Amino acid sequence: MAVMHREIYQMRDRFRRSTIVPVAMATVLWLCATGAAGQTSTYKAPRSADGKPNLNGIWQALNEASWDVEGHAAAPGIVTALGAAAAVPPGMGVVEGGPIPYQPAAAAKKKENFEKRLTLDPEIKCYLPGVPRATYMPFPFQIIQTQKYIMMVHTFARAVRTIYMDDHKEAPADSWMGWSNGRWEGETLVVDTTGFNDQTWFDRAGNFHSDALHVVERFTATGPDHLLYEATIEDPKVFTRPWKMSMPIYRRLDKSAQIMDFRCVEFVEDLIYGHLRKQPGK
Amino acid sequence: MNHRFLVSASGLIVLIAGMLLPTMPAAGQATSAAAKTNGTPAKPYTQPRTPDGQPDLQGFWTNTTYTPLERPKDVNKDFFTQEEALELIKKAAEVEGEQTEPGTILDVHYDFTQFGLDRSQGGFALNLRTSMIVDPAGGRIPPMTAAGQKRAAERAEARKRMGAATDAVQNQSLSVRCILMDRDGPPMLAGAYNNNYQFVQIPGYVMILVEMLHDVRIIPLDGRPQMPQSIRQMMGSSRGRWEGNTLVIETTNFTDKTAFQGASENMRLTERFTRVAEDTMRYQFTVDDPATWAKPWTAETPWKKSIGPLFEHACHEGNYGLYNTLAGARAEEKRAAEGANKPSK
Repeated sequence: MAVMHREIYQMRDRFRRSTIVPVAMATVLWLCATGAAGQTSTYKAPRSADGKPNLNGIWQALNEASWDVEGHAAAPGIVTALGAAAAVPPGMGVVEGGPIPYQPAAAAKKKENFEKRLTLDPEIKCYLPGVPRATYMPFPFQIIQTQKYIMMVHTFARAVRTIYMDDHKEAPADSWMGWSNGRWEGETLVVDTTGFNDQTWFDRAGNFHSDALHVVERFTATGPDHLLYEATIEDPKVFTRPWKMSMPIYRRLDKSAQIMDFRCVEFVEDLIYGHLRKQPGK
Repeated sequence: MNHRFLVSASGLIVLIAGMLLPTMPAAGQATSAAAKTNGTPAKPYTQPRTPDGQPDLQGFWTNTTYTPLERPKDVNKDFFTQEEALELIKKAAEVEGEQTEPGTILDVHYDFTQFGLDRSQGGFALNLRTSMIVDPAGGRIPPMTAAGQKRAAERAEARKRMGAATDAVQNQSLSVRCILMDRDGPPMLAGAYNNNYQFVQIPGYVMILVEMLHDVRIIPLDGRPQMPQSIRQMMGSSRGRWEGNTLVIETTNFTDKTAFQGASENMRLTERFTRVAEDTMRYQFTVDDPATWAKPWTAETPWKKSIGPLFEHACHEGNYGLYNTLAGARAEEKRAAEGANKPSK
């Protein structure tokens, strides 16, 4: 939103002293309103056997939210040896309505997470990525949709989510990927997820939540190969109010696209257990 | 879901009989001459269909079993009688139930019979076969070729050079490291507990969720070729098709990290899932690996309908056991070294 404000101010500069300023402002507001509404109402996805929008497919986000869900400039990576290969790509951010509304203590924790991200980021240890982070990591995921269950199978750590469509239950216990109950609202799949532990992050920048996290996601097809993904984040222990991120998600059109093995546990064993290796001569 | 049955070991036989009754007609068929050749039940079972016309295997299943892959050496027949099978299961369940005696391990209350940790408490299909292996006759894996034996010896030697299991994390088994389990396979074989699976089908795919390790097999049915030979994965590259009511999955492109029963990475595995009754599925697999065995060999085991849901099994995230095993070994070495140094000081 900070970005949007800036754009509007620039427009205002451009149109300053012009007689059409009020008209221009009204037009901007009108475009915003119709743009948002148009995204959810103009396209009607092909139907599955039960008459619901068919979201089956292999999908992937194409943005920089995995590094930082908020807007950010390019930055060096944290592992010197990897140089430009692990630098942070710049992104305009996916958070709507201004900065993430942290409570003061939580803002300090976020800052500490960022400073200590090399040791604290659960992604580095191949831990289950949580929600919504799994959705916009730079890996494909597959939606497998039936009337009763919608499965989301992620490449990273082979994380899997079961969305219960007709047997809604409270989470039986806390988990990394949460417990998801889903429903259809017209063209939109709405997924309500609770029952999280407090171990996952939103990105590599240390944005985090507590075990009180409640995520409501909306998946809406905006074309044959695009979904609009919206996630409302609510966590009264960490934020002052609910906040929202949104982004397009793209269908992987590669003919050979498939979810391949990414058994990253094997890749992190020396990192986690390497210091416990028997030393020669002992 | 394992808390459904709270029983003592002595009550197991009643429990087992109760759980197995629904599968008895199908299992009983296994003793008929027809079943010995192709396992077809006498009463024709009308296979339900998915909306797009696939045979419907959807739902929750378990492949828990007491039947070993290979026939025990002191058994000389293909099938047990029902009484013999139930007696063996009862004994096995008692042994599992006696692994712990409540209250004996300090403050840990870890009672197999109470917490559903023994195999019998999750429900399973009764199998009268004396081994899963049905071909060759005799129910045992055929002898390895000379090349297979050489590879096995080389692997054993390489493993020996790595040192003790507690020397390094890489010396532990894939399952202890939360990387891959027998339930994943392929072939998919039961372990001692949590042998729970969910099948989900959509046009063009069958998905099998494995509760252990939250592992997922996504099998494309569109006739696409296997991955290029240069791409190797622990679970290989799987492609599926329907042959009548049977889901046939061909898997190639393995690595040498799993080496099922000593197989090479060029093993070609064919799995067949056939729903033979509302609550029973027949799982067959054929191992074809001329580099290891002169002829393919085949095994068969029933899967039984189960109940869901499956819960997240975050194995790696909570793998304190592995960490503590390695840390304990290092602490022991340190203590031993300090003890050895003491007299000289």
